[in-house]
Amino acid sequence: MDDAQPLRPNAPAADRLLAHYRTMARIRAFENAAERLYNEKRIPGFVHLSTGQEAIPAGVCANLERTDQITSTHRGHGHTIAKGGDVRAMMLELFGRAGGYCQGKGGSMHIADFSIGMLGANGVVAAGMPIAVGAAHAAKLLGRGTVVACFFGDGAVNRGPFLESLNWAAVYKLPVLFVCEDNRWAATTPSASMTAGPGIAARAEALGVRTASCDGNDVAAVDDLAGELVRKVRAGGGPLFMIARTYRWSGHTSADLGGYRNPDEVARAKGDDPLVRTRAQLVELGVAAGELEATVAAAESEIADAVAAAERAPQPRLEDALGEVQDIGAPRFARRMRQ
Amino acid sequence: MTLMSIVEASRRALADEMRRDPTVWALGEDLRRGGVFQQYKGLQAEFGPARVCDTPISEAAIMGAAVGAAMCGTRPVIETRYLDFTLCAADELVNQAAKARYMFGGQARVPIVVRQPTGLWMNCAAQHSQSLEAWWAHMPGLVALAPATPADSYAMLKAAIRCDDPVILLEHKELWGVTGEVEEGEPDARLGQARICRSGSDVTIVAWSATVAVCLEAAEALARDRIGAEVIDLRCIWPWDQETILASTAKTKRLLVVHEAVLAAGFGAEIAASVAEATGARVKRLGSPRIPVPFSPALEAAFRRTPEEVAAAALGLAS
Repeated sequence: MDDAQPLRPNAPAADRLLAHYRTMARIRAFENAAERLYNEKRIPGFVHLSTGQEAIPAGVCANLERTDQITSTHRGHGHTIAKGGDVRAMMLELFGRAGGYCQGKGGSMHIADFSIGMLGANGVVAAGMPIAVGAAHAAKLLGRGTVVACFFGDGAVNRGPFLESLNWAAVYKLPVLFVCEDNRWAATTPSASMTAGPGIAARAEALGVRTASCDGNDVAAVDDLAGELVRKVRAGGGPLFMIARTYRWSGHTSADLGGYRNPDEVARAKGDDPLVRTRAQLVELGVAAGELEATVAAAESEIADAVAAAERAPQPRLEDALGEVQDIGAPRFARRMRQ
Repeated sequence: MTLMSIVEASRRALADEMRRDPTVWALGEDLRRGGVFQQYKGLQAEFGPARVCDTPISEAAIMGAAVGAAMCGTRPVIETRYLDFTLCAADELVNQAAKARYMFGGQARVPIVVRQPTGLWMNCAAQHSQSLEAWWAHMPGLVALAPATPADSYAMLKAAIRCDDPVILLEHKELWGVTGEVEEGEPDARLGQARICRSGSDVTIVAWSATVAVCLEAAEALARDRIGAEVIDLRCIWPWDQETILASTAKTKRLLVVHEAVLAAGFGAEIAASVAEATGARVKRLGSPRIPVPFSPALEAAFRRTPEEVAAAALGLAS
């Protein structure tokens, strides 16, 4: 769970960058495994992969305390890992097994880990935004002093809750860092073709929320910007908004081969791999190639262990489908399922 | 016991809970001036604007923020003026609040109270007059309460605030001024229990909210015809009290369910079908035609079940 701890702000550049690299390598290994498992029909449902976007959660979450909170999206595996989540519990959930994060009731789109302030992936675009605002409102009411990082994509800016959430957060000066992961695609539609006006930043600025943007494939740039913005948000200045430009390597879901995209566009994006870039920076800082290879190997081995554990894990019992619905008026287990 | 109106009973219930538990807060539209129906009158002065929190007209954010705040250790009470406007927050209520506990495998609780001023009032027409209890009954994860008396209003709002589930509180707009005796303090809200308002052995009449009074009036008329109607105030839509209704129907062998909501796929259908399946009793439903609520009083009458109509239906069952 080292990743849940904020890195020392004065850590030598190489140490800090190496930690980011490790986080990104773990996300990459998880996404690669999820994609393979889907293709081999070893997991049910679909997964939304964040391959190519790893630098954003790694750089943002490195600036959060364990008690800080995040809200995530349907493309949320990376957010959970960067916030310090348990890859084994997440992999069990992808398999729908007992012992998974959600006991098999949620799957990839509903991963949550409240013990580390991960308030949930979400199957509905922009739905995490008002939840983040409410979490921040609660933090303010209770005097907790924590901040909430709210991840969402470029597609979310066309939904009403985007406007409602930013407006509210600004009116009440709530401790929220809005993090727009601009991967240029809203499901299978290019965002630019469906987003009027001068762009995402202008929308936030129009609501009085200051924005800043960065190259979302440069983890050091994400880290620097997020660090500055989280400090300001924590100091009580109200919400801030960062835009991290990136690209979604895969289709919208694992079932979507993304054939509607120009292959050159995809190839160019893959040539701008955040892991490759970080690796080059680390080599330049004098980190040995062997250490970098060992980092990747360790990540892959950790994920392979998680997959093996998930395949061994028991299935949930059918009667558990009726549990955790509600206290008052809950389904009647015994009568319907155990007879 | 104190005599008070429903609006006063509900105001006191919220104030009592806010005094008792500092994590209880209210958020929503126009709280500054006490809410549309003055059900929050004086609360902002007592508890301050942080705990009686004015919001923009942003129902999705109100509901969504309440979900977030509820998952993070507070107990929000949500105000969106009219039931109809909570539909602007359908995703936040249905996809988030109702499902968070389940989807996250029991990690989360969403202890919110969604106050929904319901039903006909002052000829407010199609977007301010609906009765949608069947929607909430259909939605796993939600609790739906429909008080008809000041005592129930007081006890149920308090119980709703203490409940760890998301609770819809259907508060009929024509009942705000109804007065009755209220036991303040720690009354038992008896969630999930119906109340037999009047005993009878010939026909069981089930209703809730403003329709209970209509059925009680019908029972008076039926008594003059020597028909003993047992009138039951359902009180809670989900969970609903099958036991009491089955016991009553076992005695009367006839069930009439009456509601203001549209008849088609209304909650009366669930009750009637359950009773018919369990007992084979004769069942009948009364509800509104499947039309939007019209404006003109002459047209709005299509949504008002009258005592005469209820009595005639009961008589038809009993004969």
